[in-house]
Amino acid sequence: MKTFNLIIAGVGGQGGVLASRVFAEAALAAGYKVRTSETIGMAQREGSVISHVRVGERLWGALIPDGAADVLVSLELAESLKGWPKLAPHGRAVINGRPIIPPAASLGLTRYDEAAIVDFLQQQGQRVHLIDATAAALEIGNAKTTNMVMLGVLSTLPGLPVTAEMLWQAAENLLPSRLRDINRLAFQAGRRLGSCAETAPLVS
Amino acid sequence: MNRIAEPPRRLLMGNEAIAWGAIEAGVRVVAAYPGTPSTEVTEKILHHAGEYGIYAEWSVNEKVALETAIAASWTGARAMACMKQVGLNVASDPLMTLAYLGVKGGLVLIVADDPGPHSSQTEQDTRLFARFAKLPVLDPATPEEAREMVKAAFQLSEDLQVPVIVRPTTRTAHVCQDVAFAPPPKPALPLPPVRFERDPGWVILPALSAKRHRRLNAIQEEMRRWFLRHRLNGIATPCGEEATMSPAPPSLCDEATERMGNSGDLARATADLAIVAGGVAYNYVREGLDILGVSIPVYKVGAPVPLPAAPIVDFLRDKTAVLIVEEQEPVIEEQLTIEAYRTGLSLSIIGKHSGHLPREGEFNTDLLLPLLRRFVSDSIHCHGVPLGKGAPATSADRVTAKAQATPVTPETSATTETVASGAEMAVPPAPPLRTPILCAGCPHRNSFYAFIQAARSRDALFTGDIGCYTLGAMPPLGAADTIVCMGASVAMAAGFSQIEPDRPHIAFLGDSTFFHSGIPPLVNAVYQQARMTLVVLDNRTTAMTGHQPHPGLGRKGTGEVAPTIDIAAVARGCGVEWVRTVDPYDIAATVAAAKEALDYPGVSVLIARRDCVNLVRRSTPHRIDPDACRRCGICLRKFGCPALYEVKSLAHGEGQGGKTTVAIAREKCFGCGGCAQVCPWKAISPEVES
Repeated sequence: MKTFNLIIAGVGGQGGVLASRVFAEAALAAGYKVRTSETIGMAQREGSVISHVRVGERLWGALIPDGAADVLVSLELAESLKGWPKLAPHGRAVINGRPIIPPAASLGLTRYDEAAIVDFLQQQGQRVHLIDATAAALEIGNAKTTNMVMLGVLSTLPGLPVTAEMLWQAAENLLPSRLRDINRLAFQAGRRLGSCAETAPLVS
Repeated sequence: MNRIAEPPRRLLMGNEAIAWGAIEAGVRVVAAYPGTPSTEVTEKILHHAGEYGIYAEWSVNEKVALETAIAASWTGARAMACMKQVGLNVASDPLMTLAYLGVKGGLVLIVADDPGPHSSQTEQDTRLFARFAKLPVLDPATPEEAREMVKAAFQLSEDLQVPVIVRPTTRTAHVCQDVAFAPPPKPALPLPPVRFERDPGWVILPALSAKRHRRLNAIQEEMRRWFLRHRLNGIATPCGEEATMSPAPPSLCDEATERMGNSGDLARATADLAIVAGGVAYNYVREGLDILGVSIPVYKVGAPVPLPAAPIVDFLRDKTAVLIVEEQEPVIEEQLTIEAYRTGLSLSIIGKHSGHLPREGEFNTDLLLPLLRRFVSDSIHCHGVPLGKGAPATSADRVTAKAQATPVTPETSATTETVASGAEMAVPPAPPLRTPILCAGCPHRNSFYAFIQAARSRDALFTGDIGCYTLGAMPPLGAADTIVCMGASVAMAAGFSQIEPDRPHIAFLGDSTFFHSGIPPLVNAVYQQARMTLVVLDNRTTAMTGHQPHPGLGRKGTGEVAPTIDIAAVARGCGVEWVRTVDPYDIAATVAAAKEALDYPGVSVLIARRDCVNLVRRSTPHRIDPDACRRCGICLRKFGCPALYEVKSLAHGEGQGGKTTVAIAREKCFGCGGCAQVCPWKAISPEVES
């Protein structure tokens, strides 16, 4: 198999690191070699964080070159743009459409142009799935499960090196037992959103 | 004979792999101070300390950690001290002497470098520090290699009786890799005793120092020979998935060379080229060559200091150009250049001194690709085209004309490879700037806000420090006028007060930092009769690095109960007469205490104590009553909690366009009530259950 490259973008605290671990563990269980690279430390405090996951047979560095990611998962709307240069021309993106507005925007130090971002993503056609994963997570009862909703959506994409069952199994192994039930609901909600996205990819 | 079955592959982070390597090597004492990207090494060791009979601790600072490890080593036990690169600055004093005196039990320092930097105040290269100290360094490219190198480091340390530095960078320390690994069997406890034997050799006096310095110089060549004997450096094979500690002879690689399509003209064109790569940069070189489909022999350097340069010069004997790829400083390049000149080897050396690669920032495949392409298409080495001059010679060069004009930098390289691919119809809009800031509900925000209220009108100077509260410098608080290093806030506020006594001086530092390096400058401030206020932002943890305990918390890194060192009592013991503790969640009380502290004509210490939001349950989220809100913006533009955001509301707009209102992101609100206290219109209150 050629290398499968996954980028997970998001804001510190959204659980991007855990999501990348889940995918990596699932790929490992599926028999592949794996590399991940994560952002840890200061950037985690509300900053932009990006995780790289590489799965395959012949792997070198853990950083995915530009234009080489098969899938981009973004836990936040605008962060998808930070990961965008990594996405291959054929690559697909699963994006949580819920913005997290940085205080710098309210201070006029930067601009969060939600409409322009959504417009750009909609021009990408079927390869971009824009969903409100935060709403789904809140409905389940905890916004912190947004990452698991997104993994659920991701699991519905074709061409992954792992199945949905493998992904959930890896998540279950990594999560503390008291959090398994709520995360299972989140993962399932993500799978439903993903299935909807197949037919109507741009539900924002 | 019987081949032992390979253990199952498991996902290991580089730092975990280092910890396991040390456990496998039989480490008995580990001491550290947390710091990104090194922290997880010690966390992993602490987690397994009991079962392997290891004594492990979070020390109060890196100097103490290294001195703890030295004591262990001198009893004969294997010991390890872990820190980030700036931590080595703190530990440098014992390290320099240790280099002379040497070790008994193997002593390994894990010093994690942070090119980028992602989470550090400097981008310093520990390999240079090691050259200064004349100590050997091992530089792992992957987690798997890191584990092997730690084991080798203990052996080297004991063989040559010197401390050894293992220097992972962020992309080794925080990379996860599948590694065939099973935890080593647990030893019978207690472990056999070790005991310090008296010897004048452990007492540094000038006469001994002179002798030991000669010895340290003399064994540099032995270090080089050791590296080569253990195959830490060598011509790496592209056959396998990655280079190993035992490079295969190049002859084994013919098949791979063929597979990679290096034939005909290209083969002739690249026959006189070579690459030398160190640390993680090796991976990017390999991937770049794969992408280009060419094969150039790569000499992999896993042990850069002191560099065994002679075999590299032999390897380069029939080449016309070598590309040297290493992150940060030209450590390999300079040692190799000296040896090449000394031995009369004449070839083009492409690297940092030629201006083709930067000394700053992280490397990656994207950054290297344009340079590799030029190297292969010979516009650099054959034509001797100096930096950025001369016309592109081949089509490949035209693709990277941009790279020719300027040396590659992390900024310029990012765009070169992508944009060409696919006629994307739209250009992505610019994403908003998103810098790290204090969390929603962070008590530090309230403390800073209170001191801004109490003192900014008096032109007070705020000296900041290293920790989460460094982020107090970010807008809108802007509550740090200086930040240097751990502990500097205290000495600098005192120092400023001696020079400009007409203005209030306020130092901010955290609870863990207080113990790390806040006490000596506090003693000095009292002794020198400074007039300043020290605010200890006590969130009851070492938050930024992942919530390690410290002496103020009554428990150790292993989770065992420990004596509690009371910050207020320490401050009083340092001679401070005005010491108070306040809850920063009560902003009015904090402002009042701040004013009192500032009025005190000497050194005052205010401890702002409230648990870190990441360690306690959130309470009821707050909401903003849109009818009561006057849109004054104080909550957004003075307080700046990330749960607050501005919305262009149509619902509340009179007429067209709508008005800007403020909302609270329910999923982010911690329920601290800080915004409700700063709102002059009482428009913010806890949500009422419906």
